[in-house]
Amino acid sequence: MERDDIIEYSLDTHHDEEAGKKIRKKIYFVTVLLSVVTAIEVAMGIIWGKAHIDVDGMGWLTIKSIFIILTLLKAGYIVMVFMHLGDERKSLRNVILIPYVLFIGYLFFILLVESSFIFYVKDVIGWV
Amino acid sequence: MAGEATKAIDQAELWGGGRSPFSVSYGKMMMWFFLISDALTFGGFLSALAFARHHLEDAWPVTENIFFHFPLTHAHLPLLYVALMTFILIISSVTMVLAVEAGHRMDRKGVVKWMAFTVLGGAIFVGSQAWEWMTFIAGPDGLLSTSADNASLTSNPYGPQLYADFFFFITGFHGTHVLSGVVINLIVLIRSMQGWYDERGHYEMVEKVGLYWHFIDLVWVFVFTFFYLI
Repeated sequence: MERDDIIEYSLDTHHDEEAGKKIRKKIYFVTVLLSVVTAIEVAMGIIWGKAHIDVDGMGWLTIKSIFIILTLLKAGYIVMVFMHLGDERKSLRNVILIPYVLFIGYLFFILLVESSFIFYVKDVIGWV
Repeated sequence: MAGEATKAIDQAELWGGGRSPFSVSYGKMMMWFFLISDALTFGGFLSALAFARHHLEDAWPVTENIFFHFPLTHAHLPLLYVALMTFILIISSVTMVLAVEAGHRMDRKGVVKWMAFTVLGGAIFVGSQAWEWMTFIAGPDGLLSTSADNASLTSNPYGPQLYADFFFFITGFHGTHVLSGVVINLIVLIRSMQGWYDERGHYEMVEKVGLYWHFIDLVWVFVFTFFYLI
């Protein structure tokens, strides 16, 4: 269990050469992972980009979903490893991530719903 | 078990209540607060982009047909220069995290070396973005003139006006962040060279500017997907 009666301070986070080696190994792993994922995204964008695919079909929806999943994967590694949020107290992590994800998730949801409605009004039934 | 500290902490470094919430220093907590507010701004931009392009889907231009230029060549290379820029930013993020790691070992030479690479990567990225803007503004004929087929906030030869507006606002806002990040990194680089942080006993300032720099990389990851790929 985490004891909260001991004051640790982030200014005191020092480590020796041994621990540094381990941390660097992790950094290099994440570097390779981010580069490979970016390369995959670009290759997908060139081969199956919007220019070459039926935008209304299921194929484009799948590609789009894969793009978003890969992006969230990259974002997770950047935040958790590069920004050390994975090593901070759990409470700090929750305070930062949960309100943000909930709010932006809802914002995207409601804007896409409204956008579909505008498309419907304008282009499908032609009110405007 | 009673509330005794394992280590005496300087009164000046403790927060007002005599504790440090979440075990982080005041400066780091405030950097996180700032990043959350900044992330909300970019979240607003990107969700507005999603809103606009979702109901203009048919008219929205295909990115590969606009961003296919590469410096010093006339070859048709869709997305490749943006991909290269993304890669440069990721690598400069890696050198930044290596600087933070060196700082935890109080290794001044390491910090200076990696911070220098970070500044270089950031500068290359800003330069690339300037080139990208120039190419985009020139329009399909590739001529920077005052004629109407240049892209601006009031005219867009590629398609809906909103496309150009979002390009300028999102990449411009991000580019401003990169530029200020380069300046801040440069200041921290010079101070590390002068030994400021050895005197202070810790390299937390490198970690704090590192948070900002990684955040810039994080935003670009999303801009790359939502503006260029989808």
